Amino acid sequence: MADIKVTVDNITVTVPEGSTLLDAAHKAGIDVPTLCYLRDINEIGACRMCVCEVEGARALVAACVYPCTDGMVAHTNTEKIKDYRRKTLQLILSDHDQDCLGCVRSTNCELQALCKRYGVEKTDYYEGSKNEFVIDASSPSIVRDNNKCILCRRCVAACEKYQSVGVIGANDRGFATHISSAFELPLAETSCVNCGQCIVACPVGALHEKDSTAAVKAAIADPTKHVVVQAAPSVRVGLGECFGMPIGTEVEGKLAAGMRRLGFDAVFDTNFSADLTIVEEANELIGRVTNGGVLPMITSCSPGWIKFIEHYYPELLPNVSSCKSPQQMFGAVVKTYYAEKKGIDPKDIVSVSIMPCTAKKFECGRYDQSAAGVPDVDYALTTRELGRMISEAGIDFVNLPDEGYDDPLGESTGAAVIFGATGGVMEAALRTAVEWITGQELGKDLLEFKDVRGVEGVKEASYKVGDLEVSVAVASGLANARKVLEMVKSGEKNYTFIEIMACPGGCVNGGGQPIVPSKIKNFIDVREVRAKGLYDLDNARPLRRSHENPSIKKIYDEYFGSYGSEKAHHTLHTSYVARKVNADHE
Amino acid sequence: MKVSSVPFKGTKEQEAKLLEVIAKYKGQKGALMPIMQEAQEIYGYLPYQVQKIISDETGIPIEKIYGVATFYAQFSMSPKGKYVVAVCLGTACYVKGSGAILEEVEKCLGIEDGGCTPDGKFSIEVCRCVGACGLAPVMIVGGDVYGKLTPDRVAGILAKYE
Repeated sequence: MADIKVTVDNITVTVPEGSTLLDAAHKAGIDVPTLCYLRDINEIGACRMCVCEVEGARALVAACVYPCTDGMVAHTNTEKIKDYRRKTLQLILSDHDQDCLGCVRSTNCELQALCKRYGVEKTDYYEGSKNEFVIDASSPSIVRDNNKCILCRRCVAACEKYQSVGVIGANDRGFATHISSAFELPLAETSCVNCGQCIVACPVGALHEKDSTAAVKAAIADPTKHVVVQAAPSVRVGLGECFGMPIGTEVEGKLAAGMRRLGFDAVFDTNFSADLTIVEEANELIGRVTNGGVLPMITSCSPGWIKFIEHYYPELLPNVSSCKSPQQMFGAVVKTYYAEKKGIDPKDIVSVSIMPCTAKKFECGRYDQSAAGVPDVDYALTTRELGRMISEAGIDFVNLPDEGYDDPLGESTGAAVIFGATGGVMEAALRTAVEWITGQELGKDLLEFKDVRGVEGVKEASYKVGDLEVSVAVASGLANARKVLEMVKSGEKNYTFIEIMACPGGCVNGGGQPIVPSKIKNFIDVREVRAKGLYDLDNARPLRRSHENPSIKKIYDEYFGSYGSEKAHHTLHTSYVARKVNADHE
Repeated sequence: MKVSSVPFKGTKEQEAKLLEVIAKYKGQKGALMPIMQEAQEIYGYLPYQVQKIISDETGIPIEKIYGVATFYAQFSMSPKGKYVVAVCLGTACYVKGSGAILEEVEKCLGIEDGGCTPDGKFSIEVCRCVGACGLAPVMIVGGDVYGKLTPDRVAGILAKYE
């Protein structure tokens, strides 16, 4: 596309044709304020925060959707514009619950930041009606407080466009407009998959995770409980952001140190059970391929994805691997193998996970996730919740020393750590499955399956493994998953193995990760930056194949016997249920 | 949005008709509004069960359908009663006190404008001028016009309908 010249606040920049005024201003080093705008999914020009003056234009224009023309001259910061933006903020505040002190998003709220920037600091600019909404806390994962909602519709766009779920939308009209589900059903009664992409899209405190930190702190304080914690791969490239570190900073060692200082009795790594997942899943895949089982096999690590297929494609459930997710495998191992080893009654163990995910909160309450007769995992906290616990404890996270994870469930390989990025599970599984099938070790250059890396929504590759032609697909974001499943259903594609992650880009961009303001994520790809941290860790690990993990070998020697054994099945595998998209109501 | 507590009494015939309508629009862009309009013609209103059929058949999320239904005044989520009580809020009736008539009707029936009594007998809808300004304030019950009303007459009039 041709380049055009645009002058913004007396700075002339060259931008590709089709760029918006917001893009041109960004290129000129100017931060035009936005609220409703989310690149690619919510370009509706509705909130009017980004209004600018364009010479020759009839009225103020919304920079986020205003296309640049060659020779265009624009002003983004005149007194008239600032007055207009101030008025917009005042009007938003007139129907906004200004509970800033108690708000989970305080100091990371886009509305608060803009009010500060424009000197909108009073609470009573306009008298008049205020909407009063009941907080929807029905979901195990997501809490909606519409009293704080500014109707930007970013959550609606995330649910519909990223996930093709669309269980929330704008209902009623005019002043009564609010975001909710059909017939005002509580979120828990809809086909919401609990992914939390709505939460990370929200500019304010209208959406947040169901907080479980109080229960975890109480368990830690209870001397009769043995509190065990595991942290997922993606947490180590997200948590630093809670403490002002650059996006994607790798904090694996500080994470272990931080959790230890919070008082957990054992600090373990979900990476261990990611390796465990790979050996079980690779074994299942080889079984299906050699015994004529149902193919393509589809991964089962992402609980948002699992609930999605249960609602929308229940006929494909036999394709889903029966392996529990790494979180649940971990919990199951803690309450069986580890409990036996330590001589602790599983009832006295509190199993906590730190996850980049809100759907994990739903997953730990699922049926068939209690290997020892008690839930495998008791509490799943998001990366953000852990960040809040560390802050509250006064731990100077940024300056913590690097510490290791405890034995025996702290050891892991590079294959496990890349689980957090889309394509990571596929790559890890291929490393093991290919070596098992061919009986030959992959050289360093062959160990990296680069075709399945990167943030693209759907990736495909084909590999010749021994005599087998293995055709794989990787999808992230459920709208992309839908595309792949439709091709499977129609017979257009014959894959052997498919990896699906609910969140776009995989867990690094999960609904439980630190919330990046739109003014940053509209211009950089957070998924890519965080994923890089994981691939760097993989590259630096001495062991990069899950089946080489000595702790994995040990647990099969001491406990499970062999891959896919009856005991392994009882402990590490689960089952699924078909659900309806729209429930039956009398 | 007030959702009706009147039990759904849709018939197999109505469902067959609705499925026909949906089939007619299959694959067409912008079909949701006409499907909803025709569905409302078939059932008289758009309860959950009807919106669910539209959603299940078209793949359009039910929330999207409900969002449209609650945005446009032409769609109703409440069935029409055996007797529709229409209270005129046009200018002439309004200045003659039809606001108080509406309040009285709502009080007598225990439902709000747009609602239907749980027994399905009465529903209330306001209208804007029925062309009988000389009789203001006016109310129409099941097609019978009552003019020069006062609130104290409302209960007696409603009691006549069985």
